[in-house]
Amino acid sequence: MIPAAQPQKSVDLGDLKIDHSSRRSLFTIAMTILASACMLLTLIPLIAVLTYVFLQGFRRFNLPLLTQLPPPPGLTEGGIANAILGTLIVVGIAAIISVPFGVLAAVFLAEFGKGNPLARWVRFATNVLSGVPSIVAGVFAYGLLVKTGLTGYSAIAGGVALSVLMLPTIIRTTDEALQIVPKEVRMASVGLGASNYQTILKIVLPAAVPSIITGVTLAIARAAGETAPLIFTALNSSFWPGGVLEPISSLSVLVYNFATVPYEPQKQLAWAGALILVLMVLMTSIAARLATRQKTY
Amino acid sequence: MTQQISTMTATETVIQAENVNIYYGSNLAVRNVFLDIPPRQITAFIGPSGCGKSTILRCFNRLNDLIEGFRLQGRITYHNHNLYAKDIDPVSVRRHIGMVFQKPNPFPKTIYDNVAYGPRVNNYEGNLDELVESSLRRAALWDEVKDKLGENGFSLSGGQQQRLSIARTIAVDPEVLLMDEPCSALDPIATLKIEELMKDLKEKYTIIIVTHNMQQAARVSDMTAFFNAEATAEQGGKVGYLVEFDETTKIFTQPSQEATQDYVSGRFG
Repeated sequence: MIPAAQPQKSVDLGDLKIDHSSRRSLFTIAMTILASACMLLTLIPLIAVLTYVFLQGFRRFNLPLLTQLPPPPGLTEGGIANAILGTLIVVGIAAIISVPFGVLAAVFLAEFGKGNPLARWVRFATNVLSGVPSIVAGVFAYGLLVKTGLTGYSAIAGGVALSVLMLPTIIRTTDEALQIVPKEVRMASVGLGASNYQTILKIVLPAAVPSIITGVTLAIARAAGETAPLIFTALNSSFWPGGVLEPISSLSVLVYNFATVPYEPQKQLAWAGALILVLMVLMTSIAARLATRQKTY
Repeated sequence: MTQQISTMTATETVIQAENVNIYYGSNLAVRNVFLDIPPRQITAFIGPSGCGKSTILRCFNRLNDLIEGFRLQGRITYHNHNLYAKDIDPVSVRRHIGMVFQKPNPFPKTIYDNVAYGPRVNNYEGNLDELVESSLRRAALWDEVKDKLGENGFSLSGGQQQRLSIARTIAVDPEVLLMDEPCSALDPIATLKIEELMKDLKEKYTIIIVTHNMQQAARVSDMTAFFNAEATAEQGGKVGYLVEFDETTKIFTQPSQEATQDYVSGRFG
């Protein structure tokens, strides 16, 4: 303790000690408790969903699940291999469409779009597109490809619908990643006698690749879980994928269909499908994290 | 006007600035600059912040073209070619006149690819391995990196990164090296290394260096240009101009302008 009244020193240093009953301390404690409680509340649904899906889905987890077709109504056994494969195919088609378009659009925005009114509109449209409900993307693909008979119900129609959903994420993350690359590096490249496009292709884009991969994987994770846009584009199928112009099964639609039928084996398959979907999304998210760790800037 | 054109009777000039005015948008940034840069010597640009010395430097290889609103009046000639003539390709200009920047900025590539980048984009057809080695040797970096050419350029220390940037620049074999405060991000030991390197390089290259460090200018340069800034009529506006350009010993011992004397003796700036 500091002696309270030393004749020469009139400064009171008693307030240096922590006073737990002061108003400031009480406020700090109260806010900490409140924030922690809110954090726990938001975690509850997340953990509850994950645990429930895990417990329900895990019971049905076996090798045939990953290798066999779903059983006809009334029969047991079987698997959901066609849906797993179908999801991979549809999402793959979506990625093949949206990655090149998205990345190149972002290159335009970041590198050539400065002060360009067109770029402002493209950015605005991208933001609007990212808020579009997924079912609208499905209706778009339905109107464009299914209704017109261009492809009919097919993997391609499903992929187009998902690519519409993936585009804004890819454009935005790539745009941001490109803008982070320091101006000095571009200047250095140009200063060595590189042309504008050489600088972008050989320096700027490679430096931004980790961030672009992150954006792409996040977009894929989102698209893989979408159901609404697939219901009336890729439709569904009980058989192995027969080609990109045929209706195709997918995990999300399979879960949607099987969860509501009165047959217990199908319900179990729906749970297992949900679990696999969650695992796939989880793995892509982890992959995105790993890619982000390689960040250059 | 207080411009001082070089009193030296330059028999040969690599870069010449004739009454150069530089604008950013509608703001005049630098006015009425006359300069004759002699070959195979080190010319230093000194002056307080905002006096336009870096701006002038960047005009010499048209890097300011990348900055929005940039506009130049007057003439900058390189071996009597007007660099800003319509039929001049800025990309080729930069092959002749290379630039080393303030902050070491290696590309996010391997050490080898950093040096090989310039020759590659210029479709170099000789032996790339040899060129990389000789460039790194001339930048006094070879012995430190010869066993780790495959490592990322970022793994080097700041001083090594700056020498890598120099190696990268001389790999395209320019005639002129522009250096924009190349040592300001480095410690004294790394700075000394770069300075020694510059003295070696001037055998072959014409070097122009912008520096805030007057001792550095006095140590390494043969010619010195002192720039200053003055307030303009507009609020907060500043315009840079050349005060004096002469041999370094003269600038630092008996400059003809009072402002130069004040600056080099540390009375302002």
